[in-house]
Amino acid sequence: MAYSEKAKSFYENELKGIRQGGLFKEERYIKSQQAAKIRVEYPIGAPIKDVLNFCANNYLGLSSHPEVIAAAHKGLDERGYGLSSVRFICGTQDIHRELENKLSAFLGMEDTLLFPSCMEANAGLFDVMLDKDDAMIADRLVHASIVDGMRLCKAQLYNYKHSDMAHLEEKLQETQHCRLRLIITDGVFSMDGDIVKLDKICELAEKYDAMVMVDDSHATGFIGKHGRGTHEHCGVMDKVDVITTTLGKALGGAAGGCVSGKKEIVEMCRQRARPYLFSNTVPPVVVAAAIKVVDLISESTDRRDKLEENTKYFREKMINAGLDIKKGESPIVPVMLYNAKLAQDVARDLYEEGIYVVGFFFPVVPQGQARIRTQISADHEKEHLDNAITAFTKIGEKYKILSKKKDEIIAMYGM
Amino acid sequence: MSEEIKKLIIDYVKKEYLEEDSTMEVNENTKLISSGIVDSFSMVSLKMFIENKFAIKIPDDKATPEAFDSVNNIINVIKEFVKI
Repeated sequence: MAYSEKAKSFYENELKGIRQGGLFKEERYIKSQQAAKIRVEYPIGAPIKDVLNFCANNYLGLSSHPEVIAAAHKGLDERGYGLSSVRFICGTQDIHRELENKLSAFLGMEDTLLFPSCMEANAGLFDVMLDKDDAMIADRLVHASIVDGMRLCKAQLYNYKHSDMAHLEEKLQETQHCRLRLIITDGVFSMDGDIVKLDKICELAEKYDAMVMVDDSHATGFIGKHGRGTHEHCGVMDKVDVITTTLGKALGGAAGGCVSGKKEIVEMCRQRARPYLFSNTVPPVVVAAAIKVVDLISESTDRRDKLEENTKYFREKMINAGLDIKKGESPIVPVMLYNAKLAQDVARDLYEEGIYVVGFFFPVVPQGQARIRTQISADHEKEHLDNAITAFTKIGEKYKILSKKKDEIIAMYGM
Repeated sequence: MSEEIKKLIIDYVKKEYLEEDSTMEVNENTKLISSGIVDSFSMVSLKMFIENKFAIKIPDDKATPEAFDSVNNIINVIKEFVKI
């Protein structure tokens, strides 16, 4: 063992720096199933508290749905616990392909390939699709997993101002010399909750002969009339070339992700995507439950409709209460506080009021853009939403931020 | 010459990273990366702009967030590769 004092003190110093920078992340232990109402031990050792959860990606409330749990049990009984293999050796069961086909049908794509997570789908996709003669043109606010995926790819990297179509067009003009070009974006941006202008992007893609890739992790299952995603919402179902998305959010929330799109691109992933080739297969229990999830959301839009209603209600009431909400229509509703300490203090006080939310600040969001990101679920009842609105109003009053504009909040608390 | 280069880079930073209606002042000492004007992901455009403008290739170990944290720092990087 060569874990020397030098190594130990190096890591200790790094951790000290993380703490001093106010970036140290602590886990909170949840002692119940994931749901609108959860039981939490926080801080560790504190009495267990019943709180309303407003920070899960459980958009459709399917994480603990009885039919999903039953399907998982059945999958476990019939197909076992693990496969002890990657997909291409002996890790593909009939249900893996069944799920892929169902996802293709739901998303309106030609083919789909499962990955252990969407993070890994994003890590593998670009390197498979593009080489040094090609260009990736990405929105500047894409998810960290896309940034990592692009770093693993030899293609030239360009990026454009967030959702700025004129800037994207400039980059498309600048890259005309490249062999293949891929426009890369999130469908719903995870920190701001805004929806991509996918119709405009697809128009530009056609004009400049570029492909379009969307990470719809915060959209699949609930954005669009049938919940198919941002391509449905923006009326460009047939114009997006490749989608990555997750089973870890609205679609049951357990694990797994996928690449879905043109069949040649998906086949290239099957042949060459390293995170697919060298990761264990998605466990049968997750696959069986995900099949049930896709069936449920294909049969009925009730849950996404309720989520849409909940979102409208929550956004409207929070604005009426005088909170500074980022405008939009997705169930990601950022409450802007601008100052990092204020965001942490408000989140802590809300927890005392029985509302579980988390403050986000630099470097997760730009400097001076600290916020609490609330996330609405179809599992929330009106009473839950009202409780959260009342708590936000009470704490907002305490910090004198209600009906205050950005500049006024910054004048009081700094950036 | 240095003044011209300063202006060239400042103009690019404003156009590439600031919103059109931004009133933020950028000068040669303004912190670009550590202030959050340019994040490490967006820095790639700036690096590419410098490389194309001066026909140089800046190796990754020289293109650090510190080296790109102000227009003055960037000019120092350029000076390592071309006489300006």
